[in-house]
Amino acid sequence: MAENIKLEVTRYHPGSDDEPRSQSYEVPLRKEWVVLDALNYVKDRVDGSLSFRWSCRMGVCGSCGMMVNGEPKLTCATFLADYAPGPVRVEPLKNFPILRDLIVDISDFLVKLAKSRPWLIRKESTPPPGEYLQTPEQLDAFKQFSMCINCLLCYAACPVYGLDPLFGGPAAIALAQRYNADSRDQGASERMDVLSHSDGIWGCTFVGECTEVCPKDVDPAGAIQQYKLTATKEWIKSLLMPRGER
Amino acid sequence: MAVPVEYVPKTFRPRLSTYWWLGRWPYLRFILRELSSVSVAWFVVVTLVQIRALKRGPASYLAFQGWMRHPVLIVLNAIAFFFVIFHAVTWFNLAPKAMAVRLGGKRVPSLMIALPNYVAWAVVSAGVAWILLRG
Amino acid sequence: MLFSAGGVVAALLIPIQLFLFGLAIPLGWLPGPTYASLLALAAHPLARLYLLVLCTLPLFHWAHRFRYTLYDGLQIKHLNELINTFCYGGAIVGSILAAYLLWRM
Repeated sequence: MAENIKLEVTRYHPGSDDEPRSQSYEVPLRKEWVVLDALNYVKDRVDGSLSFRWSCRMGVCGSCGMMVNGEPKLTCATFLADYAPGPVRVEPLKNFPILRDLIVDISDFLVKLAKSRPWLIRKESTPPPGEYLQTPEQLDAFKQFSMCINCLLCYAACPVYGLDPLFGGPAAIALAQRYNADSRDQGASERMDVLSHSDGIWGCTFVGECTEVCPKDVDPAGAIQQYKLTATKEWIKSLLMPRGER
Repeated sequence: MAVPVEYVPKTFRPRLSTYWWLGRWPYLRFILRELSSVSVAWFVVVTLVQIRALKRGPASYLAFQGWMRHPVLIVLNAIAFFFVIFHAVTWFNLAPKAMAVRLGGKRVPSLMIALPNYVAWAVVSAGVAWILLRG
Repeated sequence: MLFSAGGVVAALLIPIQLFLFGLAIPLGWLPGPTYASLLALAAHPLARLYLLVLCTLPLFHWAHRFRYTLYDGLQIKHLNELINTFCYGGAIVGSILAAYLLWRM
């Protein structure tokens, strides 16, 4: 194995740069290193001005999402040696405005996530006494979708989100479905009003790349298609039984 | 004393290229899948021409058959056939994703939902072929 | 919904018919039906209904899909009205044509 590998990292300083540029760094190629280790090496020893987000370094916090050679990845879960002999291109997450270097502005996602009402909605205002009971089968209906760590790799992979700034996006819709499918939740109709919309579920053209890049196997594409089927069934029901309760 | 003002950084918004779909194979495959709909429309056009020729009499239908034998038409129909198959296969493979069917508490694997679609396809195709070819 | 119905019809019914009339019969791989038998077959009310479904639903499937491909693929969403007219208009025209042709066989 070679001694070093070259990283080509995007640099952008909002105060002084008009547009991003690329800067190269040589880092040691250690077999157990991930791209995040290489970035931290640069920041500690080579160029302290390099800025990037990270936290848990073990694939559960969702902070370190970036584009590595054009693919959305968690840099804490992407081995440097897999890219030997390099160079490795590290760029900020696609489809988001760049704040600085490798850091993107995710406020659009946070707004859309809030619209999905990602919490248990109950009809009564105070919770019932005791805990909610749920069988393993009921848990199974939504558990996969609850594994989302909001890393936004799916947004970087989704061409519709890149093309249409109003589209809700994979994670926000999948998380709405996570609650819709939860037996403890009673808010499906409330979410349907928001999401059964051309910027919600109907904006999705089932490209499927979101599911391919998801590091937690959430399968947001599957969640959205399930949601589409449910929405269609509800629409048919409302045609046949206009006065029926939703 | 200066009034504090919120600093709003000048974010850079990269523009998506018109050729974004050439950047990665999965994107190109997606666009090709969507373009298979053009072959579907082509088939309808050819079929309507066929029906009209049929109505106009044997001479007209003979001319239609001659037209269909033209190398350009053969090539177009071969391409269309490939894309129509591509449509059918991607359609049947993706349909199970929308249906989270549970049997006895466990999620039915996608294959078990796609398979009946393929079987139906084979049965229907055989039926149509039999009706058309026995005459 | 039209999109889904059209997609199912297109997936199940088009391949075999395109294969037979587009390739197998013109290339001589299989003997086609005679003019008389095909006319008799197509004149049957059920056959006409089948052909009507076959020639209308897939057109709407195409219309919807092609419209979004133009939006996403070529990013020409600003030509919205033109695209909609072309796609859905085309589908409607085709459907009317099909109904007219099949009304009297």
